[in-house]
Amino acid sequence: MTVLLDNLGLFGQAFLGTIKLFVVAAIGSLIGGTILAAMRVSPVPILRTFGAVYVNTVRNTPLTLVLLLFAFAYPRLEIADLSFFTRACLGLIVYTSAFVCEVVRSGINTVPVGQAEASRALGFTFNQTLSSIVLPQAVRAVVPPLTNIEIALLKNTTIAAGFSVIEAGGIYSTLAERGYSVLVGLLWVALGFLILVIPLTLLQRRLDQRWSVAR
Amino acid sequence: MTAVLYDIPGPKARARNAGTGVLGVVLVVALIGYVLYRLVVTGQFSAREWEWIQYSAIQRLLLNSLLATLEAFAVAAMLALVLGAVLAAGRLSEHRWVSRPATVVVEFFRAIPLLVLIFILFYGVSRSLNYNFSAFWALVLGLMLYNGSVLAEIFRAGVLALPKGQREAAYALGLRKTQVMTNVLLPQSLRLMLPTIVSQLVVVLKDTALGFLIQYPELLYQARYLGGQGQLGSPILPVAMVVAVIYIAMCLLLSMLANYLERRTRRNPKIAALDPAAKAKAEGELVAAQSAE
Repeated sequence: MTVLLDNLGLFGQAFLGTIKLFVVAAIGSLIGGTILAAMRVSPVPILRTFGAVYVNTVRNTPLTLVLLLFAFAYPRLEIADLSFFTRACLGLIVYTSAFVCEVVRSGINTVPVGQAEASRALGFTFNQTLSSIVLPQAVRAVVPPLTNIEIALLKNTTIAAGFSVIEAGGIYSTLAERGYSVLVGLLWVALGFLILVIPLTLLQRRLDQRWSVAR
Repeated sequence: MTAVLYDIPGPKARARNAGTGVLGVVLVVALIGYVLYRLVVTGQFSAREWEWIQYSAIQRLLLNSLLATLEAFAVAAMLALVLGAVLAAGRLSEHRWVSRPATVVVEFFRAIPLLVLIFILFYGVSRSLNYNFSAFWALVLGLMLYNGSVLAEIFRAGVLALPKGQREAAYALGLRKTQVMTNVLLPQSLRLMLPTIVSQLVVVLKDTALGFLIQYPELLYQARYLGGQGQLGSPILPVAMVVAVIYIAMCLLLSMLANYLERRTRRNPKIAALDPAAKAKAEGELVAAQSAE
């Protein structure tokens, strides 16, 4: 307990960093993933190919490598000077977008073809079909796994701590310098993540139960 | 599969699609071109930056680090499969005092970040309890605990996705609980879940890169080390490109195996007859698990 109380400022600052990183990367990855998913279901074959290549490449790259590229290789390109935090966000967005894309795409594909066909037969336009028939049904299939992906993103933010971002995963080194027990400190970090993750898991389960309506 | 969203395009839609296609190509080519331009301008393709690739000592170093990566992967994958089987058996047990602890263990290791787990083993346990974990074992045990928990869920989902009649028929024939599991349920669910299990192994392979952060001399660690060598011209970008290609190639091969198994299982009429909702749910969990690092 003393480890936590004596270093409350450090823990607070670090978890604030975690949450900031998570919020920025979550919003970014939702936008990026939706754009990618739109490319992958679009009627334009070349866009579908681009989307597929991106997703297959990024899904098979370790996140640590992605972050390493942004942390150490990006400055060599001398494009624009970005802070470690911004680069960590970019890395997490690039990585997580690929997974968001897959979930959104499979969600759209769960809507039976007959739904869209029926709405077109009734004279709905493309926009009407998408907004009032397909998307409301797709959201049900998408949101629960999407929550899972964002939970994974929250846990993945710890890797950014390895690249000089102030973050809960990096608390141990400061604690060691100050002469506190690293084990106890890390167990508090683990507990902190449990506190952050469990509400999200419960939310995900509730959405899952409420929305997994039999078709 | 994408037919949900649009009809077969008419002449007007075809023209519009072609226009979007051209615009998309221009944008993507411009982006890639700009990155390539920056790479060339900053001299990343100069002979000096690529000199390192000729030295046999460096080639050996990279090869050894690749072997270190594969070693950690192989040991961790094996242990995770065993742990997953044990935890799944525990969670499926009818005795509360077995299934409850198993559930707690699975949920705990799935909820805390893998990196924190590895740090606990490497920095925490070694400094506080004076038991010295080598970087290899800290990495492997961390991977085992996390992926074992995920695999336990996969195994369990596989057993639960089987039709109830299988279990009931086996009990009706007079088989014991263990026999029902090992002779009837497991063989079927393993076949059903094999693609998912292989996909999870891709995650294990990707996660070995976390060893970089605890100085385990695997591929990414050596890449960073080489990239910082001033006498080679600090070739971080060229080294990273080579290492990225190696990682992507290895993971892609495993992913392709998973996709092949997936297609083969889908062709199997027995599996196609299974409850699609249960299977879809199991697969949904997997995509999320794969994004975990």
